[in-house]
Amino acid sequence: MLKVENLQLTLNGNSIINDLSLHVSEGEIHGILGENGTGKTTIANLIMGTNNYKPTGGRIIFQGQDIAELSVSQRAKKGITLAWQEPARVEGLRVRDYLKLSGNNGKAEQAEHYLRMVGMEPAQYLDRDIDATLSGGERKRIELASVLAMHPKLAILDEPDSGIDIVALPLILNGILEMNKQGSSVLLITHSEKMAEIAHRVSVLCAGKIVRTGAPVETSQWFKDNCRTCLHINEPSEVI
Amino acid sequence: MIRYSVEKEYQGMIDAYEKAGGDKSALQSKDVAKLVIHQNRVLASDGVKGLNIETRETETGVDVNLLVEEGAKITRPVHLCFGILPKEGLQEIVMKVNARDNSEVHVIAHCIFPNAVKVIHKMDADIEIGNNARFDYKETHYHGESGGIEVIPKARVKVGKGGVWQSTFALSQGLVGKLDYDFEVFCQEKAVAELTVKAYGKGSDDIKIWEKIHLNGTGARGLAKSRIVLSDKAKAEVKGETYGNAPYARGHVDCMELVNGTEAVARAIPIVSVTNGKAKVTHEAAIGSIDRKQVETLMARGLDEDEAVDVIVRGILR
Repeated sequence: MLKVENLQLTLNGNSIINDLSLHVSEGEIHGILGENGTGKTTIANLIMGTNNYKPTGGRIIFQGQDIAELSVSQRAKKGITLAWQEPARVEGLRVRDYLKLSGNNGKAEQAEHYLRMVGMEPAQYLDRDIDATLSGGERKRIELASVLAMHPKLAILDEPDSGIDIVALPLILNGILEMNKQGSSVLLITHSEKMAEIAHRVSVLCAGKIVRTGAPVETSQWFKDNCRTCLHINEPSEVI
Repeated sequence: MIRYSVEKEYQGMIDAYEKAGGDKSALQSKDVAKLVIHQNRVLASDGVKGLNIETRETETGVDVNLLVEEGAKITRPVHLCFGILPKEGLQEIVMKVNARDNSEVHVIAHCIFPNAVKVIHKMDADIEIGNNARFDYKETHYHGESGGIEVIPKARVKVGKGGVWQSTFALSQGLVGKLDYDFEVFCQEKAVAELTVKAYGKGSDDIKIWEKIHLNGTGARGLAKSRIVLSDKAKAEVKGETYGNAPYARGHVDCMELVNGTEAVARAIPIVSVTNGKAKVTHEAAIGSIDRKQVETLMARGLDEDEAVDVIVRGILR
């Protein structure tokens, strides 16, 4: 479904993404594990086309088409979406309207359904704005509900677990699994080995490069053993 | 009671109101207090139990006295409808409002100028809110697309002990033209004042907002809030002033102006002043373009860029 081939991004002379290749199959949850500063969010931006990021090399192929020159809207219309690590807050935009527009103007009951899937009581949230009055955790769960409402072919989830309390974490995990059951492939970007274990495959990112891909438990363990203790942060030659 | 001779004019106002998205059944209901004024003619004036409306037509407008009796709780919103349907005209509304102690009322004002090419609408209001009384006032404007209108609403509001004044002024349909909004509120002990202005400036609209809140009583609270969106060559200047003059007075000025495009100009001048060591007044003013991350969030759900901007603007002005 998604093939990223030899992707490069250089900003102000600094190599941010370095010859990165990645393959996400249809129906797959693909985890990307990486420490802070390894380029996780940059990959999300490059695939979605957000934040004015354009690759300086390589290709991003989605369902057979190179999408690197498409706008964010055009990519979304092809079935790709992104849930930000820190979702935007929009004053005056109600949760019900946000979920409705995410779901291509679906029925009101669907908005309620998706909120329940991430453990939120619709009566408490539908008429609230997605603004600063929501906590970070509430906003992230609403973001996940909006992705569920969209039924994307590929959902890029950038650290969906960060800032989530221990009670809400299983609800986030459940939401991601439900998304996958609905038919969405998921690119799950995280620095949590536990979160990565719900994936079908996991890739480890270091200095903007995928240094290892494999089964979740083994790869997570490898990440824990090597990256958590690495004295040469973001120097992939040391760990490959 | 609608005067027969002006029935046609009244129908014109109702139609224009409905066309602008209003609910005309509210203006036609006998159980709802209402006042409909076209230019300087009073087309309908109905009070309800506990609320009395008196009017006097003048050469250029109408003098209005609105009295809410002591302890009266007016359950259904009072509807005021002011407008000028022809392309040219002057309307000066001089309003005196007295909401007596322990009363409660919610007033919705619709100001309709769908065809304005050379129209001036002025409102000059003296408003007294009694002790523990509550007055909610929402004024929504419906303008046409020519921009040939000057709107000058001015009000001085005195809020008694424990009283509440909440007002919202919204002008987001059609071109603003020239707007010179000036509301000043004086709060006694434990009184609350919340002023909100929302406007969408387009074309060569010229918007001036001046919100002033004087927190003169112990524990008085005030919020001066504005949300302005500008595009094309529109310009806006927002002054939000709050004065903490008594112990435990708490005030806040909250101004947001979004500029969409390269030719619109926005200015914000927040003024906060404290003359009592136990008072606290804060302010925040944000001026800038529409947040790119907000736009991209909506684009990532499949909206085109223009649609995303429209959703954000509508949210801010809602």
